[in-house]
Amino acid sequence: MASHIHRIEVRYRDDPRQKTRTDRIRSLGIPVDAVHLVDVYTIATRARDFSQSELSEIGAQLVNPVVQEYTVDRATSAAFDLAIEVGFLPGVTDNVGTTARQTIEDYSGYRFGEGEAVFSSQLFLVCGALSPESVERLSATLANPLVNRVHVKTREEYGERGMDPVAPFVSLHELPTAETVDLDLDDSELARLGKEGIRDPLTGERRGPLALDLPQLHAIRDYFRDRGRRPTDVELESLAQTWSEHCKHTIFASAMDDDVPDGLYRTCIQAATNAIRKKRGDRDICVTVFTDNSGAIVFDDTFLVTHKVETHNSPSALDPFGGALTGIVGVNRDTIGFGLGAKPCINVYGYCVGDPESEPALFRGKDRERPVLSPRRILDGVVHGVGVGGNCSGIPTPQGWCYFHDRYVGKPLVFAGTVGVMPRVHGDRKLYEKRARPGDLIVMVGGRVGKDGIHGATFSSEALDPASPVTAVQIGDPITQKKFSDVLVKEARDLGLYRSITDNGAGGLSCAVAEMAKESNGCHVFLDRVPLKYPGMAPWEIWISESQERMTLAVPEEHLDAFMDLMERRDVEATVIGRFTSSGRCVVECQGAVVMDVGLDFLHDGLPKKHLKTTPVIAKNPEPAVPCPDRLDSTLLAMLRRKNLCSKEFISTQYDHTVQGGHILGPVQGAGRAQGCATLTKVVPGSEKGVGLSQGLFPLYSEIDPYRMAIAAIDLAIRGLIAIGVPLDGIALLDNFCWCSSDDPERLWQLKRAAFGCYDGAIAFSTPFISGKDSMFNDFSGFDGENNPVKVSVLPTLLISSIGIHPDVKKAVSMDAKCAGDLIYVLGETKEELGGSEYFMHLGSLGNRVPALDLDRARERYGRLTKAIERGLVASAFPVSHGGLLTALAKVSIAGMIGMEIAVPVTIRPDYYLFSESLGRIVVTVSPGNRQEFEETLGTDAMLLGRVGGSSFRVTAGRPMVDLRVAEMEAAYKAPFGRF
Amino acid sequence: MVSSLADPGSMSGGDSSGKKEIIPEKALIMSGYGINSEMETQEALLRAGMRSDIVHINDLIAGATRLSEYRLLVFPGGFSYGDDTGAGNAFANRVRNNLWENVCEFLDGDNLVLGICNGFQILANLGIVPAFGRTPAREIALMPNRKGVLECRFVTLKPAAENLWTRGISHLYCPVSHGEGNFSCTDETLQKLKSKKMVAFTYCRDDLGAANGEFPYNPNGSLADIAGITSEDGKVLGMMPHPERAMEFVNLYDWPLRKEQLVRAGKPLPKESVNMQLFSNIVDYFRF
Repeated sequence: MASHIHRIEVRYRDDPRQKTRTDRIRSLGIPVDAVHLVDVYTIATRARDFSQSELSEIGAQLVNPVVQEYTVDRATSAAFDLAIEVGFLPGVTDNVGTTARQTIEDYSGYRFGEGEAVFSSQLFLVCGALSPESVERLSATLANPLVNRVHVKTREEYGERGMDPVAPFVSLHELPTAETVDLDLDDSELARLGKEGIRDPLTGERRGPLALDLPQLHAIRDYFRDRGRRPTDVELESLAQTWSEHCKHTIFASAMDDDVPDGLYRTCIQAATNAIRKKRGDRDICVTVFTDNSGAIVFDDTFLVTHKVETHNSPSALDPFGGALTGIVGVNRDTIGFGLGAKPCINVYGYCVGDPESEPALFRGKDRERPVLSPRRILDGVVHGVGVGGNCSGIPTPQGWCYFHDRYVGKPLVFAGTVGVMPRVHGDRKLYEKRARPGDLIVMVGGRVGKDGIHGATFSSEALDPASPVTAVQIGDPITQKKFSDVLVKEARDLGLYRSITDNGAGGLSCAVAEMAKESNGCHVFLDRVPLKYPGMAPWEIWISESQERMTLAVPEEHLDAFMDLMERRDVEATVIGRFTSSGRCVVECQGAVVMDVGLDFLHDGLPKKHLKTTPVIAKNPEPAVPCPDRLDSTLLAMLRRKNLCSKEFISTQYDHTVQGGHILGPVQGAGRAQGCATLTKVVPGSEKGVGLSQGLFPLYSEIDPYRMAIAAIDLAIRGLIAIGVPLDGIALLDNFCWCSSDDPERLWQLKRAAFGCYDGAIAFSTPFISGKDSMFNDFSGFDGENNPVKVSVLPTLLISSIGIHPDVKKAVSMDAKCAGDLIYVLGETKEELGGSEYFMHLGSLGNRVPALDLDRARERYGRLTKAIERGLVASAFPVSHGGLLTALAKVSIAGMIGMEIAVPVTIRPDYYLFSESLGRIVVTVSPGNRQEFEETLGTDAMLLGRVGGSSFRVTAGRPMVDLRVAEMEAAYKAPFGRF
Repeated sequence: MVSSLADPGSMSGGDSSGKKEIIPEKALIMSGYGINSEMETQEALLRAGMRSDIVHINDLIAGATRLSEYRLLVFPGGFSYGDDTGAGNAFANRVRNNLWENVCEFLDGDNLVLGICNGFQILANLGIVPAFGRTPAREIALMPNRKGVLECRFVTLKPAAENLWTRGISHLYCPVSHGEGNFSCTDETLQKLKSKKMVAFTYCRDDLGAANGEFPYNPNGSLADIAGITSEDGKVLGMMPHPERAMEFVNLYDWPLRKEQLVRAGKPLPKESVNMQLFSNIVDYFRF
């Protein structure tokens, strides 16, 4: 371990963030006077010490002397009451420390070796008299106990010497060999093995869940019994990864009841796509669906675009920043790992969290142990994490949403997606196809392997040992990934240096290599060649570690030198760890011993089949009994302030949505900066075409009618794109199911109904699914403050994402009302459909009448609007969704910062008419000069509501209902998150 | 930050969609370690008439590519080293520790250097701007934004000096997207920058009135609304906003409204945006 430790402390003379930081902490109810920040670099070496003059020069390289100052091995002196230092725990990715190390190496010519490192930490110097309780809350705000160490000193304790130097090295004393595991156990012991994991021979403790059930364990036992030996821990852990719900999607793959013998995925999702592709024939837009890391559609004659949306829910619940960051950079790798490597060109996000103003008292342990993070902490963390991931990677993040509901307080949902672009061919190679051949070398590129993410987000007992690496959560390193992303998709791909590539995601090497081994029909891996972050890891850990920022490639022998040379020149670590074979087996060696030897057929297809049963659940909620208000002025303002309807612009502006230069329609639109439903981005310079992205999500509908919920999600995802001018035949869909309690027959019935809705919706619009993902157990089980067991399950949540090719971005239509005198129309019919609506939530009811959609009429209507947009007849268009017609009109008005005069018919109660969430509707404004042609194009689908103009928003429904100034509506719309 | 109807923010650069003649001089666009705007920067230069090579800094360090073969050196936008140890600082250290002589030699020649966003942060940390008396030294800082988070939005800029970079530019309208763009320097340095006409661009209101530090017109709290400065010899420009990200009319924030107004007035839609003038000026420097 390091014997020379030095601290360099850096601070701004006059910190520009000082006020914001202090205000923010005060807004959380902690009465600080000021919070100063000092950046700390702890340099720990053993083979060489740095002199004071060298350290002084190093310090000079870590600051800008115009505005910053630093000290070497001397405490920062300042007036304060309390010092709180926040650093990382051993083994947590420390990007700042790594950059500082590289700078020092570059400057000094000295290469840091084993047991030497630079660690970053932050020292907060707090002014103000805080109670012990406030100090604890402040520490909890500044640090996450899962990844951070916290040191607190009073001014007196700090004295002249300041904080103590700490170098959080990982130190392991494990037996780095593979063990065999006895499966000849009675069923109760076997079940325990599946639930709690293999007993570690050294510590006697369980290693964490394998998540294998009894039939699966029996199948594994029988396989090895036939071969006359016990499985090794490497084999068992590897099978557990490959057979996991995450990798094999057993719930979507299994037979269900009597009517779904082939499973929901084949019956509903894949079958819809197959039928649509067949019907479309030559006009099929799909290139690759379901089989690769992303789905791909045709962009134009030269290019294709890919899309993939993932979730990262459990890690984000524990460490919102790290979980969301690894979520977004992880899905970037699904782009880089598509075909031979597509270039990530757009990121998307979506967050389902609890109300950020609520403070739920939920605990993972008894006696108020391990409290869940507050929704505010989770929201702040995930917003920041996805932002850092996209911003640092140079990928624009224009498109996204937030949805708030108390059912997400136990477990948030974090969706992260990436669109990629690549030429369809390079020379005579199809870039969307890949195949490792026997004899190709297995090369791992990117970051090194540590204990990160082993057994996912379970708490292993080791996490309690202070020198153990943190395993439950990971922090991403976007720059390491950016380096290999650039060299792979901008250089190595087109040089033809590799034959196949995939992402190391869930299950790490075990899944990535075994998956690619299907292409050549075998692999042989040498685990001791895998570069490690620190010594002492066991073979099974190396094999299944989920350390981030890694890809696995198949490099033919004849290109190996060129490939490795290029990687070295780009400062990307690449290591040959084995060879693809045609043996039909997955063989893994470590230190000369075979630690895994399993047939690929058993590994991939040995999983016992299941037959799932469902039980219908029919909702019978009463409709609310509140009479229609006389006026709706205050109701509209209250609706605009609802967190699911108001502006979340604070996210849009901290996400770079302009990099790569393709911004056409961004996340906020118009002079009033309202948030649109869809975005449009150019991804090929010089092309007239653009990529439109949108989404639909109605989790509240699920508990009433999951079939209609799915139709609603598909319809809105499509309608968002239709409104900006993307024609229906250029649109494809992605599904993300985030369900709960998926072993409960009622939840499975809801799942089945939703999947049937997906089939019917996709078929009716002829929009194929190209990619999907599911996460089936989003439940929190723990305790309330009084030790009562509590289970909080998420709403059954289906996110439908849409991607569509806009034929000519100059013709795209934004949401903002443009000119005084323009006519306002609504397309589509309004019915009394408020079950699960935002208005009913506002009234405190759920209701039962979820919107239904006449799919055929909607399809025709969308075709007519597309025609009108092509002809340039439409000045603005915006889909009616959550919050209904009045909310949509108000947003169009706010976006344009211009008033409206509107009269709606009195067919039903005015408040119901104005807030109904009937599907298939779009609000459109039209220049008076285009009136006739527009009405002829749209036919009876278009109903004239009024005119744009003035500074007031007035609505009548037989009588005056609303008269508000646009500025008032804008203020309400922007109030809830105005100070975030 | 949106144009009013009288706003000049959108577009007045005229349509010059015809391909410009390509000049023989070439640009070197630096890449690597998290720089990310190299491709759109290359595209902008090409549309203005200048070819370029995107060169990884390691290839320059290894001598595989020689800076002396180029006339324009561009440090494009990005997040080199993830902004760790201060935006642009670690990349500047890599240049200073490995390429310093080559860069100084390049600066001595009849060459230009452009730094955009992260590139400006790199130039500032290298002291290549302002470089009073042609002596590189760190005299300015791009500190964290006053709001403490990255800010991505369109801003309006006006030239504050007449020089080769700003010739013929009435204003620019393009995105900022940075976490650390808060321009800072001593009073003395500020006076020198002003008296020597080295402030190239300032943030301004939609009507081109001074932003006076007011958010969002001045998006980060920059001293004296400074968005970009040149070196004393005028051959180096560093700026925080990204003209290369809004090359076309349809890239501009308010284009849908402008389009409706132009169409109804019977006027054609421009293809290029006003921001291309900056790149045309660079190419014209070599052309004439």
